[in-house]
Amino acid sequence: MLRFVLKRLLSLVISLAVASVVIFLFVEVVPGDPAAYMLGMNAQEDTLAALREQLGLNGTLVERYLSWIGGMLRGDFGTSYTYRTPVAEMIGERIWISLPLAVYALTLSTLIAFPAGIWAASKRGSLADVLVMGFTQLGVAIPNFWFAMLMVLLFAINLRWFSAGGFAGWDAGFLPAMKSLTLPAVALALPQASILARVMRSSLLDTLGEDYIRTARAKGLSRRQALWRHALRNALIPVLTIIGLQFSFLLAGAIIIENVFFLPGLGRMVFQSIAARDLIVVESVVMLLVFAVILVNFLVDVAYAVVDPRLRVKA
Amino acid sequence: MNRSLILGALLSAVFVIAALVSFVWTPHDVLGLDIPNKLKEPGGAHLFGTDHFGRDIFSMVMVGARTSIAVAVVAVGIGMLLGVPLGLAAAARTGTLLDEVIMRGNDLVFAFPSLLIAIMITAVFGASAVNAIIAIGIFNIPVFARLVRGASLSLWTRDYVLAARVSGKGAARISFEHILPNLTNLLIVQGTIQFSLGILAEAGLSYVGLGAQPPTPSWGRMLAESQTMFSFKPHLAIFPGLAILLTVLGLNLMGDGLRDWLDPRLRRTKR
Repeated sequence: MLRFVLKRLLSLVISLAVASVVIFLFVEVVPGDPAAYMLGMNAQEDTLAALREQLGLNGTLVERYLSWIGGMLRGDFGTSYTYRTPVAEMIGERIWISLPLAVYALTLSTLIAFPAGIWAASKRGSLADVLVMGFTQLGVAIPNFWFAMLMVLLFAINLRWFSAGGFAGWDAGFLPAMKSLTLPAVALALPQASILARVMRSSLLDTLGEDYIRTARAKGLSRRQALWRHALRNALIPVLTIIGLQFSFLLAGAIIIENVFFLPGLGRMVFQSIAARDLIVVESVVMLLVFAVILVNFLVDVAYAVVDPRLRVKA
Repeated sequence: MNRSLILGALLSAVFVIAALVSFVWTPHDVLGLDIPNKLKEPGGAHLFGTDHFGRDIFSMVMVGARTSIAVAVVAVGIGMLLGVPLGLAAAARTGTLLDEVIMRGNDLVFAFPSLLIAIMITAVFGASAVNAIIAIGIFNIPVFARLVRGASLSLWTRDYVLAARVSGKGAARISFEHILPNLTNLLIVQGTIQFSLGILAEAGLSYVGLGAQPPTPSWGRMLAESQTMFSFKPHLAIFPGLAILLTVLGLNLMGDGLRDWLDPRLRRTKR
């Protein structure tokens, strides 16, 4: 087990290193000089040089890469070109919106998908199954930002149950803050829940066809008992994979959904930074999100090994 | 033939035909402004109503279909053109350094959701439909590479491949003459699914301003432009959104139906 975790940890570090090089090189090929961009057309050459020095734009490619990575490891993400504040500070504020939103959405999606998938699988071919499959087919096809707009129209503008956008702030208390994240989280969760419910259903149906389930039934267990005691646990492995894979879609989706609801999270910050060509911010946020995706996939791999000892040997 | 294939094909056909017809005819000009007729409710001369510039929404949805379909088709094409040979090569040389490099490269690209790729591209090169295509296309490469590698591995153990090797054919020839033709069904099904994901991705990118730029009509941008007005003019947001939903739904149903139709083994076990 320890060997397996160490091996996966090594591959995690290598992935992160390669990803950071890709992101760094990508931003390096930017046409034009950020210092010139910031100071405008009439900048003096000596002011430009001073700013370049301050922004750390001098030095060779390798030096700049090492100083970028070294800074990140110490929690120093550099200074925003436009806001003139440390990027780490900006991320630190906004992550307390984006992260709770992602976790909220993931929780909702699991809470919807598990019962729906299990229900559909246990009543295969029935009206319940047809309904779940029909709804999930729609849920997969609906663009989440459009669904978000429809919810705003219904719940915020017509029924006035929620506000149409903005964030109450954690200072306003836990419930008001969660309330302003509810519509965004539902919008994010729906397509995820649909995919997850379908995977749950088909994975359960696969395991229900296995020999050991027939054995369990032969011993006298009802279909229901066999499902809960034997099938469910084995059916969870593909479901875990999908949850891990979906995390990256969830982060990407959050970037768009934050824009629908004017939530001041990482997503909005990225778009404002693109508009301002503030590449330090874009680079840092992209790196952070890629780090999150790679880390979650690592955790899922380790979770497998805990759930299913067979996978430890294979890896 | 099954019901979801027929329904899916019909839905998809509606939008493909709308896109094709829009090249030669739309009910109204999509680029001309008609301010006196702005924000008209659906009905009369404007089936879906008009937007804040008086442009006909029905015509814009037709032309928007063109943008969405073009972006998604080219993006899937990029994914297949690069992903399939990579997958074939990895399977032909399984266990070697080449296989390892290709598969780890895939993992790396998988860590970048298409939106993040698009953000990086637009941050550096600016927003455009072409950059959206590249971002979605790059995201598609590992999808096809993994699919093809996985499916090819079992084909390489078949007797007819052994026969081809005995007759002196090289790995590349076997891959293209014997492995690839057996993957066609799989590629058609996955292609349909990636096509529908491409339409969703394009809509999302255009919605946040990273995709098609004005004045090219695009479903995602129509939704973005309606953002400030849809609370009192819902039709601005309803029709472009429905267009995305129905196209994606049609393609997904078609993908499911094609899978059942092309692979009779699945048909039996699935019911």
